[in-house]
Amino acid sequence: MADLFEGYAAEVASTAAWDEVFVADDAPRGVYQALYDALRPMTSSDLAGRTKALDRAFRDAGITFNLFGEERPFPLDLVPRLISADEFDVVERGVIQRVKALEAFLADVYGRAEVLEDGIVPRRLVLTSTHFHRAAHGIDPPNGVRAHVSGIDLIRDEVGGFRVLEDNVRVPSGVSYVIENRRAMTRVFPELFATHRVRPVADYATHLLHALRAAAPPEVADPTVVVLTPGVYNSAYFEHALLARQMGVELVEGRDLVVRDNHVLMRTTEGERPVHVVYRRVDDDWLDPVQFRPESVVGCAGLLNAARAGAVTIANAVGNGVADDKLMYTYVPDLIRYYLGEEPILPNVDTYRLEDPDVRAYVLDRLDELVLKPVDGSGGKGIVIGPSASAEELDALGERVRADPRGWIAQRVVRLSTSPTLADDALGPRHVDLRPFAVNDGNRIWVLPGGLTRVALPRGSLIVNSSQGGGSKDTWVLAPEGEAARRRETLTRLAGVPRLAAGPELGPVDGSAQQQQQQQQQGGAGEPC
Amino acid sequence: MLSRVAEALFWIGRYTERAEHTARILDVHVHRVLEDPWLDEASACRALLAVMGVPPPDGELDARRVTEIFGYDLISPASIAGALCAARENARGARDVVSSEVWECLNVTWNDLPHNIELGRRLGPHTFFRYVRERTAMLAGLIDATTPRDDSWRFVMLGRGLERVDMTARLLSSSISDDPASQSWLSLLRSCGAHEAYLRTYRRAVDAARVAEFLLLDRLFPRSVYWSLAAIEDVLAELDGTRGRSRLAVHDVARRTIGRARTDLEFARLDELVDDMPELLASLQRTCSEVSLSITARYFAREVPKSWASEVPA
Repeated sequence: MADLFEGYAAEVASTAAWDEVFVADDAPRGVYQALYDALRPMTSSDLAGRTKALDRAFRDAGITFNLFGEERPFPLDLVPRLISADEFDVVERGVIQRVKALEAFLADVYGRAEVLEDGIVPRRLVLTSTHFHRAAHGIDPPNGVRAHVSGIDLIRDEVGGFRVLEDNVRVPSGVSYVIENRRAMTRVFPELFATHRVRPVADYATHLLHALRAAAPPEVADPTVVVLTPGVYNSAYFEHALLARQMGVELVEGRDLVVRDNHVLMRTTEGERPVHVVYRRVDDDWLDPVQFRPESVVGCAGLLNAARAGAVTIANAVGNGVADDKLMYTYVPDLIRYYLGEEPILPNVDTYRLEDPDVRAYVLDRLDELVLKPVDGSGGKGIVIGPSASAEELDALGERVRADPRGWIAQRVVRLSTSPTLADDALGPRHVDLRPFAVNDGNRIWVLPGGLTRVALPRGSLIVNSSQGGGSKDTWVLAPEGEAARRRETLTRLAGVPRLAAGPELGPVDGSAQQQQQQQQQGGAGEPC
Repeated sequence: MLSRVAEALFWIGRYTERAEHTARILDVHVHRVLEDPWLDEASACRALLAVMGVPPPDGELDARRVTEIFGYDLISPASIAGALCAARENARGARDVVSSEVWECLNVTWNDLPHNIELGRRLGPHTFFRYVRERTAMLAGLIDATTPRDDSWRFVMLGRGLERVDMTARLLSSSISDDPASQSWLSLLRSCGAHEAYLRTYRRAVDAARVAEFLLLDRLFPRSVYWSLAAIEDVLAELDGTRGRSRLAVHDVARRTIGRARTDLEFARLDELVDDMPELLASLQRTCSEVSLSITARYFAREVPKSWASEVPA
């Protein structure tokens, strides 16, 4: 059987990307040593068998997403992605810093708008954003939080530094895969965990529920939280159901809610019950037919006014999209300096704003070297990667950029870092990104230790989105060894020596009596025929 | 019904419930050892052994070893495989009363045991636990569907209920020494299959006092101690009632013991309950074994094998 890692190093060299596992041929980074030692003796058929078990587990549990009307499991690669405690510390601080700045910006833009007054962000840019909703102006969330959950997409550049690729403060999704990937991995690949101290991700829902309850209108002592889903046909429905189940709250659809006198009520068998916090997984546009698209049937009429009246909290807040479109992204480092007086811990990817005619001309000359992204796009739609696009595509792109410079940004092509991924019969380098999730309860921003590592499964592909043939990897943040040992010691001391309970009780049929009876019954029943 | 057959039915109930509960406990235990980086594997395993009343073996203790002891050991009555074998042996002795579907289910389970143990050793224990859970659930369903509600049903239910109370009490006592915010309370709920029911009842994060309260007292959850005690009491009353009814006292010892335990829980004050937890749990375990003994004494009258004197005393 061929070595799983055969030919891996050569392929990495050809991608010119940073590899997560190997420094040079055969030499794994320190954090990966134990994993490498565990994987090396395995054969591809071992891994294929486990992949099958994994696939089965996901299908059985109904962990699927909708792709072109077909329910399929989100492919999970068996080789986990590891992040050392020190590295994650940087990620954590960087994400917290970014979320703080975005929160401050949102509060400002939907309030006094000083940031526009001071010229940090051009007023025109905010006002022309399709996600800037005047309807959200003056809605003051009770504990000041607008981005209760955020997902910051990170990548590693060619020299191994983390950079931010995108912010998501509207309805970031994917956390269910983080939770379920871990569950499946511990079941299918238990021996890998034996040599690692991996920080758990299972308590995400606890943190989320705590943050949502903390966001409730202050006069409510025991708030009712609900998760609002568009319905079973939504591609992320599984996630909505999982979060509702793990929080023990109601999963509602728009038609289950009604707003009366600015109070949100849900229809139950015991009559209408008040709702205080709506964790909505419905986009702004469809959330409230009174304010936004009137044809929406997945929203709830009057929700926004109820929020304005202070009777309900919408999480995440309406209008957050203004902070996370791809053009605003280029201003976030400035926002961090402006609001927090700090330097960004996680840098952006170098990005060109195309509204400046000189920059535009420069970019249009170099379309074949750059990545162009539509400002409002999500899910990897509409992205054109210059080096791999045809001449016609680039011409068409040039036309579209000239027609709507506000609608596009250009970035240099970053070779996302690669990680060994099972493809065919061996492990090959595939490009990965990382989406850590942050939950803000108003006092503290908590970052889930881990996050969603998405991997582009086709060879050489740089697009990791699930709708574009992406898969995922279980992401392991390792616990700092010193701290782990200390906590273990305390726990053991607390627990003390357990007392031996009474042993299990026995029925009439046990070993010895059975044998004796057997002999006699055989002996006493004459000759066997 | 023959006493011997009744006793076999009682133990079919106990052993299958034990197999199922042990599979749940182990699944959660193994999972937790893997998932929780702060956990010391050896001491968690020792605690589990102590709770289940099995003296720790010599040498290194890890999740694999514990799975061997409580999962794959075909002899020990404390292990899943052992309990399933014993349940099947009991059913074999009562084949005239056990419906053929129930018997076949148990027998198929028994036939597939070696194969599934092998799979579990190779692919990780989860596949094995899952197999046990599916088979025991199927068995419970078949018993439910094919057993007439006469005494044969009652004895199976008695065994199942007693074992459930005993196991839940053991589980709770494994957690009471833990930090109230510890992950082990969550594991506890999961191993009783009660996590989601708990969340829907309390709608907030898991905390020690509420978990204990839920698993002990919840009037509606079918795996709570209260629910099981009440069910046992009903069955005992039916058994007793068909044999003459008293206008004054309850003469059946088992019924009296279980009724007292149930009343203690039913009318307990919540704050007292939390303070007296260790004592309460110990007494629940004692109740189970007392009731088991009195049921045996009353219904399963069994002659002690006589030993004949071969020499005439002088």
